Amino acid sequence: MRGLLGFSRLIDGLNQRIGKLASWLVLAAVLISAGNAIVRKVFDTSSNAFLEAQWYLFATLFLLSGAYTLLKQEHVRIDVIYLRFSRRTQVGIDIFGTVLFLLPMSLLMLYLCWPYFSNAFTSGETSANAGGLTQWPVKMMMPLGFALLALQGVSEIIKRVAWLKGLAPDPGVKEHNKPAELELAEAIITQRAAPKQ
Amino acid sequence: MSVFLLANLAPIIFGSLIVFLLLGYPLAFALAANGIFFALIGIVLGVLPPELLQAMPARVFGVMNNETLLAVPFFTFMGLILERSGMAEDLLDTIGQLFGPVRGGLAYAVILVGAMLAATTGVVAASVISMGLISLPIMLRYGYDRRLASGVIAASGTLAQIIPPSLVLIIMADQLGKSVGDMYQGALIPGLMLTGFYAIYIFGVSLVKPHWVPALPPEARTLRGRHLLWRAVTSLIPPLLLIFLVLGTIFLGIATPTEGGAMGATGALIMALLRRRLSFVLLKQALDATAKLTTFVIFILVGARIFSLTFYGVNGHVWVEHLLQNLPGGQLGFLIAVNLLIFVLAFFLDFFELSFIVVPLLAPVADKLGIDLIWFGVLLGVNMQTSFMHPPFGFALFYLRSVAPSSVRTSEIYWGAVPFVLIQIVMVALVIAFPKLVTGSLDRHDASKAVLQYMMPDERPDQVEDADPTRAFMERMMRSGR
Repeated sequence: MRGLLGFSRLIDGLNQRIGKLASWLVLAAVLISAGNAIVRKVFDTSSNAFLEAQWYLFATLFLLSGAYTLLKQEHVRIDVIYLRFSRRTQVGIDIFGTVLFLLPMSLLMLYLCWPYFSNAFTSGETSANAGGLTQWPVKMMMPLGFALLALQGVSEIIKRVAWLKGLAPDPGVKEHNKPAELELAEAIITQRAAPKQ
Repeated sequence: MSVFLLANLAPIIFGSLIVFLLLGYPLAFALAANGIFFALIGIVLGVLPPELLQAMPARVFGVMNNETLLAVPFFTFMGLILERSGMAEDLLDTIGQLFGPVRGGLAYAVILVGAMLAATTGVVAASVISMGLISLPIMLRYGYDRRLASGVIAASGTLAQIIPPSLVLIIMADQLGKSVGDMYQGALIPGLMLTGFYAIYIFGVSLVKPHWVPALPPEARTLRGRHLLWRAVTSLIPPLLLIFLVLGTIFLGIATPTEGGAMGATGALIMALLRRRLSFVLLKQALDATAKLTTFVIFILVGARIFSLTFYGVNGHVWVEHLLQNLPGGQLGFLIAVNLLIFVLAFFLDFFELSFIVVPLLAPVADKLGIDLIWFGVLLGVNMQTSFMHPPFGFALFYLRSVAPSSVRTSEIYWGAVPFVLIQIVMVALVIAFPKLVTGSLDRHDASKAVLQYMMPDERPDQVEDADPTRAFMERMMRSGR
């Protein structure tokens, strides 16, 4: 079990890092999109490459952050009933769902997306637009994202089984058990409470 | 035999979806797994073509290159940056001082600022939290009724859901296959009317229960005369600029809604930098929160599209159509039934879940009944506002609770929301009764609207590879699979 927990920590660390890095893609997409809109109006030119770069970044963002969001327990649940269960039952549901929903789904998608990517890679496929970008890098994010998701699923199972056996702290509790927006609000409150520069 | 199964597979899939979802496992994966599970069963039973699974990556890819959905991270990020730029605080301070001498003045200020914040960003949390932090303590200090004060803040913050540029309208446009720009134009009048109704309600209260909404005493007004006027002008400029940057460019056809979101986010960044309110840590937090929110929203959509591929494959949409078309009363009967359904479901589901699971089932039926889909989308948008406003899961109440002083009881927050939910319901009825409120502001023949410069993926010739019948079946499904 200790080895497994180590493995789980390794996965968590990996996805944590990838998620943090991927979040910068938001900023990149914002700046490219705004820049492209301005350039288009002011200089009356437009580049398909920039238009495509926006959704490349967007797609990369959510595919790579899928596992990170799972790690942070931020994927939305319909918790009307879930919240009424005991913590052990909730953890049981999580394990059940990960084994029966998340893992089969992400592994199958990994299996299906691989040829989708490799075809694009070997054919050097570009988009149909003039000046469009090569497609394989963004298609590569599909198998990659689902692989990371499957890995994170394994890590979540390990942590939950360890908790049921009393070997590890409860992994299912969100860091603050609040939506991300609220965490942010609290950061602002503390910032405001601190003396202003 | 297989005909019989095909006819009954749809209700079976739908039933099991409900069970899967109610278990409480993250929605995105429950949806996707349900779709895949029944796709395998359907293939084994021979009612679905084996190529069905091969179409799954293309479905995901269709979400990846969706330009409309790009607006989700843009507007979210903009809202989160604005939240920390201090703009809302300045506005509330100043407008509060400006209206303070009037009975109900602080409440009017909240409504006005709520509408202005709503017109700059599509994020409810940002508005509710700002107003809860700044206006609520002042209102309480000067003797406002606690229920009224919290109700007006939650309701005004929720205006972000219906006044463009709202996230709900973006997602609704995507799900209904309409342009975001049209959706925005259609929602403008209902959103402004709702704002007006809130103000009228406060006016009514100030007549009937004047002690609920006292005017600010003279000693609470720190600014007067020229100083106040100057402050008012300077604090109004940034939000008005942002509103122009976002809505102005969209309505004038200079930018697509997505680009409008990006420009708004850039504008918010610059403003926050100029005010020295943007530290590196806070920027990272805003990016992190945006990434997580975007990811969970888009993953629900990915799950929903994997699910719907199977569901449409077994003619589930036909089954739903039959169910809904048998409702008495034609268009009106359908609209009333659907709005009741959404209102009730909104107690359990939030608007992402409603938009991705329920709306795609309803849209084709609405279309067949001759209902204008923009009207339909705005109507559902107004209705879904209630999901933010009622216990136990109303997010606006939840955000407000988290920042309200402990002297305000949770039950007071709940009860305070009730009159405003009633006003929202009245608005739903008005939009049903007078479709012109929505469709009247659409200029359908305006060709100057900014459009994407390249062909939409659906029209790309490279997707039609050969002409065999299963291929045609899949093509049809990929197109209908909104």
